[in-house]
Amino acid sequence: MLTRLTVHELGARFRSGEATPSEATRAYLDRIGALNPKVKAYLTQTADGALAEAAQADARFRSKCPLSLLDGVPVGLKDVFCTRGVETTCGSQILRGFRPPYDATVVARLRAAGAVLLGKLNMDEFAMGSSTENSAFFTTRNPWDLSRVPGGSSGGSAAAVAADLAAATLGTDTGGSIRQPAAFCGTVGLKPTYGRVSRYGLIAFASSLDQVGPFGKDVADTALVLQTIAGHDPLDATSATIPVPDYAAALSQGITGLKVGIPNEYFIEGLDPEVEAAVRGAIATLERLGAEAQSVSLPHTEYGLAAYYVIAPAEASSNLARYDGVKYGLRVPGARDVIDMYSRTRGAGFGAEVKRRVMLGTYALSAGYYDAYYGKAQKVRTLVLRDFQRAFEHVDVIVAPTTPGVAFKLGEREDPLQMYLNDVFTIPVNLAGLPGLSMPAGFTQNGLPIGLQIIGKAFDEATILKVAKAYEAATPWRERKPELEAR
Amino acid sequence: MSAEAVKRPDRQPDASTVKQPYEAVIGLEVHAQLRTRTKMFCGCSTAFGARPNTQTCPVCQGMPGTLPVINRRAVEFGIKTALAINCTVNADNRFARKHYYYPDMPKNYQISQYEEPLAEHGHLDITTADGMRRIGIQRLHLEEDVGKLVHEGTLETALSSQVDFNRAGVPLMEIVSKPDLRTSEEAAAYLKALRAILVYLDVCDGNMEEGSLRCDANISLRHAGAKEFGTKVEIKNMNSFKNVQHALDYEIKRQARALDTGERIVQETRLWDPDRAHTVSMRSKEFAHDYRYFPEPDLPPLDVAAAWIDRIRGTLPELPAARRQRFMMAYTLSPYDAEVATSSKALADYFETAAQGSRNPKTVANWVLNEVLRVVPPDDEKAIAACPITPAALQELIGLIEDGTISGRIAKDVFDKMLASGEGARVIVAREGLTQVADASELGAVVDNVLSTHAKVVEDYKAGKKAALGFLVGQVMKWTSGKASPAVVNALLLEKLPKL
Amino acid sequence: MAEAKISMKDVDHVARLSRLTLTDAEKERMRRELDGILTYIDKLRALDTEGVPPTSHAVPMTNVMRDDDPRPSLPQEDMLQNAPDGSGEFFRVPRIIEESGGEVRNGERC
Repeated sequence: MLTRLTVHELGARFRSGEATPSEATRAYLDRIGALNPKVKAYLTQTADGALAEAAQADARFRSKCPLSLLDGVPVGLKDVFCTRGVETTCGSQILRGFRPPYDATVVARLRAAGAVLLGKLNMDEFAMGSSTENSAFFTTRNPWDLSRVPGGSSGGSAAAVAADLAAATLGTDTGGSIRQPAAFCGTVGLKPTYGRVSRYGLIAFASSLDQVGPFGKDVADTALVLQTIAGHDPLDATSATIPVPDYAAALSQGITGLKVGIPNEYFIEGLDPEVEAAVRGAIATLERLGAEAQSVSLPHTEYGLAAYYVIAPAEASSNLARYDGVKYGLRVPGARDVIDMYSRTRGAGFGAEVKRRVMLGTYALSAGYYDAYYGKAQKVRTLVLRDFQRAFEHVDVIVAPTTPGVAFKLGEREDPLQMYLNDVFTIPVNLAGLPGLSMPAGFTQNGLPIGLQIIGKAFDEATILKVAKAYEAATPWRERKPELEAR
Repeated sequence: MSAEAVKRPDRQPDASTVKQPYEAVIGLEVHAQLRTRTKMFCGCSTAFGARPNTQTCPVCQGMPGTLPVINRRAVEFGIKTALAINCTVNADNRFARKHYYYPDMPKNYQISQYEEPLAEHGHLDITTADGMRRIGIQRLHLEEDVGKLVHEGTLETALSSQVDFNRAGVPLMEIVSKPDLRTSEEAAAYLKALRAILVYLDVCDGNMEEGSLRCDANISLRHAGAKEFGTKVEIKNMNSFKNVQHALDYEIKRQARALDTGERIVQETRLWDPDRAHTVSMRSKEFAHDYRYFPEPDLPPLDVAAAWIDRIRGTLPELPAARRQRFMMAYTLSPYDAEVATSSKALADYFETAAQGSRNPKTVANWVLNEVLRVVPPDDEKAIAACPITPAALQELIGLIEDGTISGRIAKDVFDKMLASGEGARVIVAREGLTQVADASELGAVVDNVLSTHAKVVEDYKAGKKAALGFLVGQVMKWTSGKASPAVVNALLLEKLPKL
Repeated sequence: MAEAKISMKDVDHVARLSRLTLTDAEKERMRRELDGILTYIDKLRALDTEGVPPTSHAVPMTNVMRDDDPRPSLPQEDMLQNAPDGSGEFFRVPRIIEESGGEVRNGERC
């Protein structure tokens, strides 16, 4: 079953001739045809393009000149990435029909590696949300329980990997939007250090927090995709020039003597007992593998959420000012004048959550409020960052739950503030710009995935991946797959 | 929306009845387009005149997902200018977003600088009727230009407008003076001096008509000797030095008259209308912009190293004031002549090239300032560069006067011929046989002829009428078609007349 | 009962700054929700941040600049193809009117 294979397994088959990229692509397209109506992961499918790309990859394998380990591998991209000539909506009506005349840098890098694009994946509108219920088009379902959300904002990306509707996908993480859906959908998801991966072509939500990252069926796949997309980009002034290490090499190293920090503030009342049990079990496993666990304190954790909900909306309100009906996207006809046009277009084109955050952000930046809100939040950000810096003087990684609970039912979290609380364990990592990964750590009694979060030092994705690999090899979680029809 | 989009102009104030116990307080805000090859934050060309929307890319059009990257040369130009106007360069400076919605704004925010500008606290010295005045400069910062709007008809009547983003993203340098200017003449002098520096530095081409140099003014009135400032009014749409002066003159009268009648000055923006020679209010009520500034998260801050500043300081050319001084010293030009000769770098360069190795730089100066400037304006770089008479050609012409080949009078004719035909002086003189006749025996014969023909005039001269000499010289000139050497003719007449 | 953090007047003002047309129902809902969120955010006030510098970039960098070398612009059709109302070589917009708090251009009104 080609669609069940990991990227590495697929690549091995391509090289040995046992399978071709076209066969794999057709297998995925068939599976998408059968299951996407249920899972609703894809917004746009690029079947013709995919088959054409796969055919070219076939030829390369026949002449034994593959471009990379990703050559011929079918992938999906969150609809937040600009893809030349392919509709890119960012989950919003205001960009319906928008066909960018250029590729995001990460898209160009995947293409250069020979990856085959299956389509664009559903998301919360403008990446604002934790359940994909804020998509203007429809809500993606959690493959483990179709009445539940996949998490968000990269819900489509997580669900696609979990349901074998793509070999790997890209998402973005601003406050947890890769890690939380990875946890809800039982996949691996990695948010790199801020600046590790180029943001050029990523439709901006919060500029100082957004990062691009991979979803994979296992740790090795995730590391490979990261290897392919990471590295300096002259088109992104915030991208780091620090060299990209060999992540694959790190994977085979053991974790004996590695110091693992357990943050007190992440084990609070309100944490689902099954989640806590799974995470504590994971820590025990790591200790059995040779790691040394110790307590650390991140005292400003509880303020992270509040700081984030000033900074992110403020930056978002600015980044979304450009959606005004002038040059691209939706324009509501019949306006009296240009100001009327702006207001009606944005009023009609943005969903409720986006409007809420734009209003909040504008308020936080408006005259008289800057110091009290944005200014203050940036200082709190420093305090959160310092918490991590202090902790990392004593430990190599920090291990914690990814989310306080597991996937909830569609429509269950209507109150915006309730929804925001989903991200309480992921947000501080974004504020500090650090790398964080989520991976399967077990299941609830109801069969819902539980995520383990591993947080690392800046640009130390290698250590995170090393820990993740060791844990994965010692546990059975990745064997289990959601029960969907047409397996 | 009110249909009264057209503003009614204020009544013309009558200058003769305006009382003047007031002092004008004026500050100028200048925007200069920088002469970089590419835009401030992307690699699109800044060249003028391309077809609409052909010099854009996803970045300068503000497409989703795009990011800015700072143009190093623009920062260099900013630092260079800051040094030339005596500012302190802020080692730590950063860009900020300035938010407002307008169709020529690709992102509906402009990347500019706010709390941490590139440079601050400089000054520019200007010459006024009352001597030298030092005008303070508050700040200098970098930002990006916006697109161009084309209205179908006029702004008031257009049902729609069209946007061209070619200009969006071109680097702009904003220089804000302190409110130290007190008269419209000073304002014009400041603007001229600042422009000259920008052009000398080759950071801006200083063309106000084309919009590469723009000027807005803030002006308020207060009682002479008062410490507090009055309500300030912003004036826009002044696209030449003259318009700046006229607009400020008008505004001073308008505000004075208002204050005299007890009217409150409204803090507002007014546009100068050059056709009707008045300023028109743009606001029906007072406002305050809420630009919601915050530091640009897509651009890491700048940390300008002292070494970089020093390197740039080393590349500063001789500035207008220094060059004026040197012209007065080295070429013994008068202050007035030095001022005119340095009106533009192009003219100053022209003069110096022509004066290379000359024994008589004052002669060169006379020719440049009197004859060449009949043909080209003193501050039009393009025209001077395109002048049909190059400095070398002028040098050749002056050389012919100095070595006696032609007289000064003939030289003026040769100059005109050079303009018309583009040929060199030597060629023209040779072809038309304009060589000065200085041979005493040849001229002696002509002089004798003239003296015998005009016996009456000779009598007049001997009777004491010195003017008669001029007539006789003139007659010799006529006989020789102007080619006689005036000096030799004079000498011969003075030798022969007493003998008659 | 705690004092409301945000009034309807504030909502109107911010909606105008954000160029958002909201229905009356939306406005009321927005006011309530924003009020709740702002109340939550207020917990930041409790933190002493005296002497703490703000972090705008979590991973500090400076002086990222590029050379003044031209890159090809995109063809005119590429840039105009997504225009909701193209007009030959231009983007067309409805009439531009003055509004208080708006911007002024040389020779033009906002």
